[in-house]
Amino acid sequence: MMDYDVIVVGAGPGGSIAAKTCAEKGLDVLLIEKRQEIGVPVRCAEGVGREDFEEFVKPDERWIASEIENAELCSPSEYKIKLSADMAGNEVGYVLERKIFDRYLAKLASRAGADVLTKTSAVSMKRENGSVKLGIRSMGEFQETSARIVIGADGVESRVAKWAGIDTTLKLNEIESCVQYLMTDINFEPTTTYFWVGRKYAPGGYIWLFPKGEDAANVGIGVMPSMAEKPAKQYLDEFIKEHFPEGEIVEVVVGGVPVKGAIETAVADNVMLVGDAARHTDPITGGGIINAMRAGYHAGITASEAVEAGNYSARFLRKYDERWMNDFGKTLVRNRKLQEKMLKLDDSTFDKLFRGIGSMRIEDMSVKRLALELFKREPKLLWDLREFLV
Amino acid sequence: MKRLAVNRYRCGYCGACIAVCKFNANELVETYLEVYHDKCTLCMACVKTCPMNALEVVE
Repeated sequence: MMDYDVIVVGAGPGGSIAAKTCAEKGLDVLLIEKRQEIGVPVRCAEGVGREDFEEFVKPDERWIASEIENAELCSPSEYKIKLSADMAGNEVGYVLERKIFDRYLAKLASRAGADVLTKTSAVSMKRENGSVKLGIRSMGEFQETSARIVIGADGVESRVAKWAGIDTTLKLNEIESCVQYLMTDINFEPTTTYFWVGRKYAPGGYIWLFPKGEDAANVGIGVMPSMAEKPAKQYLDEFIKEHFPEGEIVEVVVGGVPVKGAIETAVADNVMLVGDAARHTDPITGGGIINAMRAGYHAGITASEAVEAGNYSARFLRKYDERWMNDFGKTLVRNRKLQEKMLKLDDSTFDKLFRGIGSMRIEDMSVKRLALELFKREPKLLWDLREFLV
Repeated sequence: MKRLAVNRYRCGYCGACIAVCKFNANELVETYLEVYHDKCTLCMACVKTCPMNALEVVE
């Protein structure tokens, strides 16, 4: 029987970084991926913030599709706000080619010493004498494996979470239902990301356009099922008919993005959850790549400490909870609260705000200035948002 | 009898329906969405969440 210190389920960015970190710490680690190809199908808009991203990996032109310098936001009546590099914060960065990027990270894990298996899913899990028996089906053959720790990086539909008894079920206001098309034959600035906000476009979410090179872009939507009256795809199709009628769709991407905010715990005995499985996506932006990578790193470090201590209890693994909570968990909590406020804004409020701000000269724009303008126009709204503007 | 039906031509096997199911009544086996009708309560959570409109309750 295959026996490992750690088995990582899921070879997205979170799982690969977890496996890489474990291997670098000298652990015996197996990384399994249920798909036959790592990185496919993508379920993601592929945007990352530049600074945070560069903490982890050196950007490489093989998997950077676009570099982003500006963001343009559009209100329901098409009032626009344009932000440029130094002020748009996290929206400014890179658009990745996830198909290549995910494979690159898995290679890093394998180079660090992790075993990697694709077309291999976890099919059962039980705890026995302080370790885990994980049943896997690899290229159609069932095998029982054992590990001291299982890291569940198995996505929004995580089975590891369910087997471990960590309740991460999402309510209909805790998920964004998303569809995205890779489109060609449309007009956009290749260094600008575009966002359309308001219930008219996407109830409880937004529509985005992320350039992928000069002549193609990810055009996608996320809607909150508790607010949406139609399926996400229908909202997106209507938008595209109006805004990009000449565009051709060359790829379809579908996904559910957790916007629950921080969960109480992402650990159980012998188990840690990472990335979408742990609902680590940002409630405002829906971005999850960097948080997943950070979580993967924290889980890897904690796993190595647990192996050294010979202690795989939930109590010991709570160190991992503390680490991700202190790192980005606080932002998840704050942005969930901010999102709840934003969901209350109706389309005419968005228009009013955008109309005012959009007429300002771009050079003058800063977050502080934006706040002052908001305050002049909507004192009540600003009061509501005061804790987020500091 | 009413039951949940999957339109496999529409399904994008994204797993959103699994994330919202309280009853563990579905599972994504690679790209195949499996529904366990004995556990499904027809609560409609997955139907409302599906981005592709691939789920519906049929007679």
